[in-house]
Amino acid sequence: MNLVFRLAWRNLWRHSKRTWLTTGAMIFSNVLLIFMIGLQFGMYDLMIDNTLQTLTGHVQIQAPGYKDDQKMRQSVADVAGLASSLRTELGSDRVAARGAAFALVSSEDRSYGIAVLGVEPEYEGNVSTIPGLIKEGRFVNGPDAAEIVIGAALARNLRIGLGQELTLLGSGRDGSFAAAVVTVVGIFDSGVADFDRSFAEIPLRFFQDMFYMDGAGHQVVLTATAIDDVPELQRRVAELLPAGEELVVHDWDALQPGLKQAIRADMSSAFFMYGILVILVAFSVLNTQLMSVLERTHEFGIVLALGLTPGRLGRLVLLETAIMGMLGLLIGALLGAILTAYLGVNGFAYPGMEELAAKFNLPARFFPELTLPTLLAGPLVVFGFTILSALYPALRLHRLHPVEAMRAV
Amino acid sequence: MTAVRCVDLCKTYHQGEEKIKALDHVTIDIVEGGFVCLSAPSGGGKTTLLNTIGGLDKPDSGEVYIAGRRIDNLRKGELAELRLRNIGFVFQAFNLIPVLTARENVEFVMQVQGVAAAERGEQALEILQEVGLAGLEDRLPADMSGGQQQRVAVARAIVSHPALVLADEPTANLDSKTADGLMELFCELNERHKTTFIIATHDKRVMSYAKRLIRMLDGRIVDDIEQNAT
Repeated sequence: MNLVFRLAWRNLWRHSKRTWLTTGAMIFSNVLLIFMIGLQFGMYDLMIDNTLQTLTGHVQIQAPGYKDDQKMRQSVADVAGLASSLRTELGSDRVAARGAAFALVSSEDRSYGIAVLGVEPEYEGNVSTIPGLIKEGRFVNGPDAAEIVIGAALARNLRIGLGQELTLLGSGRDGSFAAAVVTVVGIFDSGVADFDRSFAEIPLRFFQDMFYMDGAGHQVVLTATAIDDVPELQRRVAELLPAGEELVVHDWDALQPGLKQAIRADMSSAFFMYGILVILVAFSVLNTQLMSVLERTHEFGIVLALGLTPGRLGRLVLLETAIMGMLGLLIGALLGAILTAYLGVNGFAYPGMEELAAKFNLPARFFPELTLPTLLAGPLVVFGFTILSALYPALRLHRLHPVEAMRAV
Repeated sequence: MTAVRCVDLCKTYHQGEEKIKALDHVTIDIVEGGFVCLSAPSGGGKTTLLNTIGGLDKPDSGEVYIAGRRIDNLRKGELAELRLRNIGFVFQAFNLIPVLTARENVEFVMQVQGVAAAERGEQALEILQEVGLAGLEDRLPADMSGGQQQRVAVARAIVSHPALVLADEPTANLDSKTADGLMELFCELNERHKTTFIIATHDKRVMSYAKRLIRMLDGRIVDDIEQNAT
């Protein structure tokens, strides 16, 4: 072993308790960072999944311009046929056609404006969590049944229950008057009051008849098996679009631009907190190394007198810090990886989470994500700040005068 | 040939309002292979002169030459290099690195000098044997007596065969027998390697080993005697 390395190593263990305390702070912060960053990214995946699974899906086929200006006329012809052919071509059932409109919904004595979605009952559950959120009754059942499922808040507002009838009034695709009477067969509760009071679903064919869609709809919704597969799914769907029809394929980022913004905002606040943690560790290292340098002033005076330059002495202090930082990194990364990997497989929940998750059709456990970036990002930043914090004690040695230093006790 | 030349050195320390003249127009020449004792009562200026010759301290005025090279105007890094290559130091309090063994303490200077590992290991063992520490190479300073530690310090000072060894009260913490042993070792090294020794001391027994005795008082040279000439 190199003599300078040996010297640095032994210097570290002159005060083993102090060294372990400082290294312990690094280990603790590294474990915490690996777990928290892993959890954060795991939560983002969950957040994206939950948001997209409610209605949006990962990919949608729409008429050009429909995304920004949702007019009835901007439709996809034979939307059910297109969805069916995509299911065959892709070998996946995670494809469903929809139509969307606004309507006035009335019970005996109350009326509200709501968004009405025409859905394929047998496939909607593959791309949306709404069928799973039914708390009373059932989801719409037959392609052209005069049935409707509504949110719990809307049912309360309309003072209506299962089996009772509602009147829908709206404008058809051709601008004509559209009206129908439907029976409430299910009431869902998403936990989002705004959504539950302003949204309803009816069978797609019934929707097409009511709004004079002539077989058309407004979206074909698809979901990929994992979020990372979305670009490939989008590319394949684009290739499979019928020739001669002007259609566009949007991914979830284009459909829900606010989602990534929300994630970015959350990341900013989380990284601010991590920054504070890293700075606290850096101050702990600064304190240790400064004490270590101050108590060795006499010894440093001797080696300066022997001919060592302040620069080389400074490098010795940095080497001591680097060894300590590397210990913190390796042990912290190992413990953090074990903890995160275990919870990544088994998941974890806090008290009351399971009831909450069951209510909103969400996964009952969190699963932190362990990848190379989530494993190394935190510990490397801690290591970098550890070295930075030793710069001051190291640079301080440049001001040391051998004779004065040797007089120090 | 002159090993050390000091020309009209002055150095004043300030203690509050009081000015203390540590060096007051000191001029000396010391030849190569000289064995010189600087003697003075406490505060007489001997340590300041030693530090100035060793490039550890700068004079307020005057010039210092080591082997014909002026050093009082050198920068920190150049002085460090000069000390590393040309000067060996022995201090009163041994001043070994406590976490390194005897051999590692001796090797440390050579490592800084850039000597290859195998060569420095061999040389360290040789020099430790020469100063009578064979078999104690792997002991830490804390496990050695004061005399043994001072011998390690001497080995460290001379291992790279510097032309000049500066020793500041090297026997102050040693018993008389060990002190005599150390001085005999200095004399032997002086004879064998023609190393120039300048020893600051107020121990009369140490002075008796010197070929030249320079007495100082209040920063001035008051006596300069050749003795024990061979």
